[in-house]
Amino acid sequence: MSLRVEGLTFAYPDGSTALRGVDLSLSEGERVALLGPNGAGKTTLVLHLNGVLHGGAGTVEVGGLRVDAGDRARLAEIRRRVGLVFQDPDDQLFMPTVAEDVAFGPANLGLRGAELDARVDEALAAVGMAAHRDQVPHHLSFGQRRRVAVATVLAMRPELLVLDEPSSNLDPASRRELAEILERLPVTLLMVTHDLPYAMQLCPRSVILDDGQIVADGKTADILADETLLHEHRLELPFGFHPVRP
Amino acid sequence: MGAGHAHPLHLDRASPVHRLAPEVKIVATLLFTIVVVATPREEFAAFGGYALLLAGVATAARVPVTWLAKRATIELPFVLLAVFLPFAGHGERTEWLGLTLSVDGLHGAWNIFAKGTLGVVASLLLAASTTMRDLIVGLDRLRVPSVFTQIATFMLRYLDILADDARRMRIARLSRGYDPRFLWQVKAFAVSVGALFLRAYERGERVYLAMVSRGYQGRLPLATQSTATGTQWAQSAALPVAAAAIGVTAAMFS
Repeated sequence: MSLRVEGLTFAYPDGSTALRGVDLSLSEGERVALLGPNGAGKTTLVLHLNGVLHGGAGTVEVGGLRVDAGDRARLAEIRRRVGLVFQDPDDQLFMPTVAEDVAFGPANLGLRGAELDARVDEALAAVGMAAHRDQVPHHLSFGQRRRVAVATVLAMRPELLVLDEPSSNLDPASRRELAEILERLPVTLLMVTHDLPYAMQLCPRSVILDDGQIVADGKTADILADETLLHEHRLELPFGFHPVRP
Repeated sequence: MGAGHAHPLHLDRASPVHRLAPEVKIVATLLFTIVVVATPREEFAAFGGYALLLAGVATAARVPVTWLAKRATIELPFVLLAVFLPFAGHGERTEWLGLTLSVDGLHGAWNIFAKGTLGVVASLLLAASTTMRDLIVGLDRLRVPSVFTQIATFMLRYLDILADDARRMRIARLSRGYDPRFLWQVKAFAVSVGALFLRAYERGERVYLAMVSRGYQGRLPLATQSTATGTQWAQSAALPVAAAAIGVTAAMFS
């Protein structure tokens, strides 16, 4: 089992409850879409997967390792196993060059020298950005920055890749290119998205999170075909789109 | 490391000066400036010698004089202050074109002008031959506290993004008919400065989250690059050593 979340609850310091008992399991190599309206608790859930947020009830296990905020060494290993790609690549890319940014994660894991360089090359090659390694992130297109952001976590060789809105703000070609890259990656994938066709294309399974609870979990084709369910949770298919079973 | 980052003070050239490690250039510039500042203001010949040294460095670094002159105008506001000194100074006075000027004030003005210009040109040469990124790397290797170098690194990365944010907000204001002509109309501008600050603050939080998610534990990994060789230290020492020699010689023969 790649990811096991059991009975997870969380309330923010201001008292607003974000998660009310979330149960979610992902098998190894599975690609799952996490759907839900704005404010459903998707980002809160994602930040629990690597222990950035903690303190409520329930447990999170990644590859059999329990997330424990008090244990620094274990937390470092959890953060290696879970690769989080944030929605805005400018939040993720903070170093002066692409290569330095991709090296940041593995360097935190203690890699140095030739081994580190090899990691950087491998990750950039996986997203087709090897030619841009010495460029300044600011000078790349948005789609390229998103791909580099994916590379920055791939360089840590994660078991679980978590993407927050990977298709947002991408032009159609960049969106397709990213899908092709993601499809090839040999990792477990959890994709937070409002882009239902993208979920359909990439993820055989989908879960809907609403008001801090998992309210649906099944085949993406079945979930997207259930109009009443989608409507109840403020999800809508784009005009003219009809899900077809693959 | 040729990051190719565009910043207006850097001149991308291939020259022996550009190839020097950043830390030796920083130290050389600092020492040179100290020698210049420590020189008594009456040693006119010494200042001429310093100017010649800088001209030599500029030639070696292939930095055109016009490029330097344009950017050296940054010191003008400071020099303007010096212009008043000969009129305001006390003590012995001298006649020049019908004006009575204070000798002490003249010396004071010369002092500010000569030392200021030499310092600015030396710094410009450093900036022209070293990218911002390399300057930070150099400071880091000179054991400047990592808090400062980290802040500078972030500034280097996010300044452009912040400027873009500000530009977009300005365009959005203009598009809604905002065109302030009087002081009491600047409220929207002031408010958007506040909004920009909040956006930067929130981005800071998100950047930190993203860093923590990649295993950040309070220390940035050290840049793995070759540091300066003994030869490079010796080469760049030539500038301050020559300057010191000029200064001492001038002081001895006056």
